[in-house]
Amino acid sequence: MSLPLEYYLVLSALLFTIGVIGVLIRRNAIIIFMCIELMLNAANLAFVAFSRHLGQAEGQLFVFFVMAVAAAEVAIGLAIIVSVFKHRETINVDEVNSLKG
Amino acid sequence: MNPELIVFIIFGAVSIIGAIAVISFRHPIYSALSLIVTFFSQAGLFVLLGAHFVAAVQVIVYAGAIMVLFLFVIMLLNLGTLSAKGALTGKLKGVAIILGILLAVEGVYIAVRALNKTEVGSAEAADAAAALKDSPIDTYRIGELLFSDYLLPFEVTSLILLAALIGVIVLVKRDKQPEN
Repeated sequence: MSLPLEYYLVLSALLFTIGVIGVLIRRNAIIIFMCIELMLNAANLAFVAFSRHLGQAEGQLFVFFVMAVAAAEVAIGLAIIVSVFKHRETINVDEVNSLKG
Repeated sequence: MNPELIVFIIFGAVSIIGAIAVISFRHPIYSALSLIVTFFSQAGLFVLLGAHFVAAVQVIVYAGAIMVLFLFVIMLLNLGTLSAKGALTGKLKGVAIILGILLAVEGVYIAVRALNKTEVGSAEAADAAAALKDSPIDTYRIGELLFSDYLLPFEVTSLILLAALIGVIVLVKRDKQPEN
């Protein structure tokens, strides 16, 4: 007897929310990035849970694509953080506000 | 008690504690290490769901490659000393946490109450899935799908990685020194 789908979806929703709260309350760009990874992982968990629930392999395939996109996103994001740090000597997102109108 | 439920509670609790640790530690290195704990316990949940390939990729790509990249940048920029005032305080933090709790309530409501009203969560879908459950979703099936029906997205993924590679080189490239 396997666990119902709802358990995994509730866990996924909680992890996603923790990621959202992290993006809202932290001002360090690297930790904001980690929270985005947390949200992507929560979505992955929901994908795999639905994949098992429906008996279809597509959910796991989408997790594979999400991971590839996340890897690309992390590489670009960290490069942006490194170049911002080279110019501004800070990665506090409140101090990097040149684009503010 | 159902042994699967016990394993689920252990891994779920560890992943939630790790996630809360990510957003509460002041030092980015501790946050990154907590995130690795969360990723590992999520890999455990993937094994529990029968997704062994995804669990292996989770450990290799996320806990391995991506987190090494994070730790590398944290150490390269020596961020520990700069991040002393790294969080919101006061009223704004309270608003953010209240909004987050509202979002959590909505998510839990959708998962628990609204799901069985949809097509995916209906009893018919569960019956149809039960018929398919005899054939497990193994790496063979994933590979077969990946290189037949989903060949185009797979190739596009390689283009995304190439674009990321070029983008990173352009972003961190040193400008030519004018005085030389």
